Amino acid sequence: MGNARLWGLKKSPWVFHLAAAPCNNCDIEILDLITPRWDVERFGIVLVGSPRHADALLVTGVINRKTLPRVLRVYEQTPKPCLVIAIGTCACSQNIFTPSYNVVGPYDKHMPVDVYIPGCPPKPESMIMGIVKALKRL
Amino acid sequence: MNIVRILFSYVIFPGFIFTAVVGLFLTWIDRKVTARIHWRVGPPWFQPYADFLKLLLKETIIPEGSSKTLFLLGPLLGLIGMSIFAVMLFNMNFNPSGSFVGDLIVIIYLLALPPIGIIIGGSASKNPLASVGASREMTQYFAYELPFLIALVSIIIKAGGSVKFGEIILAQQAQGPFLYSISGVIAGVVIFLCIQAKLSFVPFDIPEAEQEIMAGPYIEYSGVTLAIYKMTRAMMLLLLPLFLISVLWGGFANWWAILKLLLIVVLIILVKNTNPRLRIDQALKFFWIGIGALSIIGLVLAFYGL
Repeated sequence: MGNARLWGLKKSPWVFHLAAAPCNNCDIEILDLITPRWDVERFGIVLVGSPRHADALLVTGVINRKTLPRVLRVYEQTPKPCLVIAIGTCACSQNIFTPSYNVVGPYDKHMPVDVYIPGCPPKPESMIMGIVKALKRL
Repeated sequence: MNIVRILFSYVIFPGFIFTAVVGLFLTWIDRKVTARIHWRVGPPWFQPYADFLKLLLKETIIPEGSSKTLFLLGPLLGLIGMSIFAVMLFNMNFNPSGSFVGDLIVIIYLLALPPIGIIIGGSASKNPLASVGASREMTQYFAYELPFLIALVSIIIKAGGSVKFGEIILAQQAQGPFLYSISGVIAGVVIFLCIQAKLSFVPFDIPEAEQEIMAGPYIEYSGVTLAIYKMTRAMMLLLLPLFLISVLWGGFANWWAILKLLLIVVLIILVKNTNPRLRIDQALKFFWIGIGALSIIGLVLAFYGL
């Protein structure tokens, strides 16, 4: 039972793209992943439109006071088990926005983060590598 | 003994499990061909099974404030309808002169079950996007059902006025498939487009338009319930082309039928990948005026025996 569950999760991680106030740079790089050049559908990764269908949340951007409740709500709406993958330096460590009055800290202060993929924006190759590492660790 | 056989036929061989496994394989063909058209590599062959297994073993969430019974009934309705439809279709094709009375009218009702399930589930899930999707599904159902029924009537006329499925297949075995005549080709085109709409594939994927209303009626479904919806769709991808083959192309009780099935499925996928999505009013106009007129022409031609 546990093995089957793990195999299913590893072979078909559906991702929901949760953009919490990013500058859109990481988001465009995420969309590169489903283009012919990188084609992550080879690994069963599909972008889905609803957090209810998702197995992994791709979070981008800095959380601020406005987006924090929304991000937490989407995290609660996602059926467990679910991975959280922080993409970009903003999501990992707030980047240049650290001294801002409106930021409430990086993602791992509010929810368990499984993978950090730094870069501004990270390359699609590094994103694939991060996701593969996360799936191997399961 | 008899009950064991009936249970076997509903649950295992032509019914639930067999159609689900073959249907999931056809969804892999769909994804692979789509990927090749996009110049991508595409998923491996076990992908739909992995998706299904994963969804079965995931948490199922019932949204707060939704109607629990209807929310869970929605996916089941379509699954039940498709399982019974599978048994009837296979029974009629491999044993057309048997005592099992299955007629087209029952099949029309069984084919209405998946959209009804989607409408019930979408309306019960307390999500504005799901309600929009459910109302679009309803409109689209009314749109494609009219030409579909007229095309079926022209097939009944060609079969000599019999609504029995077995007799339609026997008539085709006696006088050649209905597809090889003008009215047969017209009925084939009409039913093909209706299949596209019944599967909600791209020119008619208005109810679940991913870019505007996310997944439409499915938006609140997770885990097992979503898996059942996906499987019902997979079974429809197998059964509807088989239905087209058995009413127009001489039944599928021979090996050629596999080639015919693959041809129709690939045609459906090609139409899906080379067309933009219509708006709901455009789809209604398309089906009621364009395709409706075509199907009436087919009906008249069939009446005069062409």
